[in-house]
Amino acid sequence: MMTSASGTTFLRAMPAERLPPPVLRRGVIGWLRENLFSSPLNIALTVICAAFLAWAIPPLLRFFLFDAVWTGDNREVCLATPDHPDPGACWAYIHAWFSYFVYGFYPQAARWRVDLFFAALAFGIGWLAWLSAPRRDLGAVYFFIVLPVLSYILLSGVPFIGLVGVPTAMWGGILVTIVVATVGIVVSLPLGILLAFGRRSERPVIRLVSIAFIEFVRGVPLITVLFMASVMLPLFVPERFAPDKLMRALIGVAMFASAYMAEVVRGGLASVPRGQYEAAQALGLTFWRMMVLVILPQALRVTLPNIVNTFIALFKDTSLVFIVGIFDFLRTIEAARVDPNWATPNTSVTGYAFAAAFYFVCCYGMSRYARRVEARLARAHRR
Amino acid sequence: MAEGANDAQKDQTDSSLAVEVVGLHKWYGEFHALRDINVTVARGERIVICGPSGGGKSTLLRCINRLEDWQLGRVIVDGIELTDDPKQIIAVRRDVGMVFQQFNLFPHLTVLENCTLAPIRVRHMPKKDAEELAMRFLTRVKIPEQAHKYPGRLSGGQQQRVAIARALCMNPKIMLFDEPTSALDPEMVKEVLDTMVGLANDGITMLVVSHEMGFARQVADRVIFMDDGQIVEIDSPKNFFEHPQHERAKLFLQQILR
Repeated sequence: MMTSASGTTFLRAMPAERLPPPVLRRGVIGWLRENLFSSPLNIALTVICAAFLAWAIPPLLRFFLFDAVWTGDNREVCLATPDHPDPGACWAYIHAWFSYFVYGFYPQAARWRVDLFFAALAFGIGWLAWLSAPRRDLGAVYFFIVLPVLSYILLSGVPFIGLVGVPTAMWGGILVTIVVATVGIVVSLPLGILLAFGRRSERPVIRLVSIAFIEFVRGVPLITVLFMASVMLPLFVPERFAPDKLMRALIGVAMFASAYMAEVVRGGLASVPRGQYEAAQALGLTFWRMMVLVILPQALRVTLPNIVNTFIALFKDTSLVFIVGIFDFLRTIEAARVDPNWATPNTSVTGYAFAAAFYFVCCYGMSRYARRVEARLARAHRR
Repeated sequence: MAEGANDAQKDQTDSSLAVEVVGLHKWYGEFHALRDINVTVARGERIVICGPSGGGKSTLLRCINRLEDWQLGRVIVDGIELTDDPKQIIAVRRDVGMVFQQFNLFPHLTVLENCTLAPIRVRHMPKKDAEELAMRFLTRVKIPEQAHKYPGRLSGGQQQRVAIARALCMNPKIMLFDEPTSALDPEMVKEVLDTMVGLANDGITMLVVSHEMGFARQVADRVIFMDDGQIVEIDSPKNFFEHPQHERAKLFLQQILR
C-alpha cells in the first residue's frame, strides 16, 4: 500500500487489502473488551455485578431446585429433619393444590369445559398472533365473536343443552385471572380507540364526554373503580338484569383499561404526520376508512410498546379483583397458604414464588411477542 | 391585468369550467390569508401559480379540494359547489387528484397498495382490476419495477412519481400539484417535471403551484401571480415572463430569474 502523507495529490495504484479485524478486537475476546472491560468504570461495574451474581444465584438455585421437595402428601415431607436440615421450596404442596389454583371451586365433573375453554382461547390467540397465518380476518371473527359466545356457553353452562350451570362464584384461580385479563385486554383496545377519537372530535359534546370519562376513570384507583362498579351498577339496572359479581368486576376492569388505552392511542394518533391525513382525504377516503386503512396502522405501530406495557400492567392488576370478592389466582394462593395440612416455614415462599413464576411467564411472553411484532413492522418500513 | 369572474351574477354554474372561484376570502383567526380571489379555470387548462412564500398559493390550491375551508365566497369544482356538506366534499375529492410537496405516501403499504387503496375502497373496484390499473400508471411514470417495494426504500423523485401515479389511479378530472419538486434533490427534479409535462400533453386540467419557471414557460396556458393573499396578475407565460405589468411581479421575477 502506498500512502503519501506529505503530498497534496494522490493516485491509488493497487486496491487496499481487505483484512479481518485485529485478534484482540474480534470474536468473544473483542466483545468482552468492548462491553465489559472497556473502561475503568465498566470494569468496576462488571466486577460488582459478577460478585453480586455469585452471591445471589447459588442460594436461589439451592432453595428452588436442588434442595426442593418435589413429591409428597403432607407437611411432613417439607419439614426440617435431621438428615434434611435445610429443605428448600415445597413444590409438593403446589402439586397437591394445583387443580385448585387452576380451577378454583369449579365442579370436578365439569372441569373439561374449562380445559376446552383454555384450548379454544389458546387457538384463537395463536391464530391471531402468528403473523403469517392464513385468513387472519376469519381469525378475528373467531376471536372477537365466536370465542366470547363459546366461552360463555362453556364456562357458565347452558342447562338446556346438558351443560350444567356453574355460577361465577365457583370460578377461581387461573381461570378467573385469564378471563378477567382477556376481557380487559380485548375490550380496552377498541373502546380505547373510540375514546381517543372522541377526545379529538370537533363536536364539543362528544369531546367533553370522552374527556370526562377518561380523566375520571384515570384519576381514581382501580380498586375504587371496582368498588363503584360492584356497588353502583346494580342500582342503575333493573333487578332482573343485575349483573353478577364477576360481570361487575369485568365491567370495572374494562372501563379502567379503556381509559388508559385511550391516552396511549391518542399519543399514537398525534404522532402520525398531518400530511397522511391530508393525502387520505385528498383521495376521497371517508373518515372511518381513512382511520382504519391509513392512520390507525401507523399510530398503533408507533405506540405498540406502550400498548403492550398497558396490557402487561392490566394482566397483573387483575389480582385486585379480590377486593370485590372474586377468587382470582393470587387469592387462591393466599387461601391455600393457611392449609394446616401443609403448614411449614417454606409454604408461603413457595406459594408466592409459584405465583411470581406464573405472572412472569405470561407477561414476559407478551413482551417477547410484542418485540417480534415491532421488529417485523420495522422491517417493512426500513429506509 | 387581472381577470375577473363574471359568474358572480349567475346562479347557474357553468359546467364547462373546471374550477370557479368567486369572491373567496379566508381568515386564519384575525389574519386575512386570502383576499378577494376570483379566478376561473377551463377544462384542460394548465395553470401555474407562482409568487413569494406566504402569498397564499398553497392555501388557494388546498381550497379547491376543501383541505382548507373559507369564511366568504364560493368555490365550484366541476359543477359541484363546495360547502360544509360532506357528501359534496367527498364527491369533489374523488375527481380531484392532489400531489403534495412532501409526497405523503403511506409508509405501511407497498407502492402498489398505495395506488390501489383508493380505487378499491372509494370506487369499489375489484382488486385485480385495481392492480392492473395501478401497474399501467406506474409504467406511465416509469417505475413499474418498484411496485412491491415500500416507499421508504425509494428515492425522493421515485416517491413523487408514485404519488402522481396514486393520484392518477382515481382518474381525476383535475390534478392539483402543491410545489411538487420543492423537496427534491436537483437531479431528481427533472424526472418529475418530465412526468408532469407528459400529463399536460394528455389534456388533463392541471393547477400547479411551483417555482419552476422553465416548466411554467413550457407547459402553462396561464400564469397566476399571487402575493400577500391576493391575485396580483394573470397572464400567458410569454407575456408574464417577458413583460410583467405589476410592480410586485417585476420585483419577484428579478429575484427568481437572476
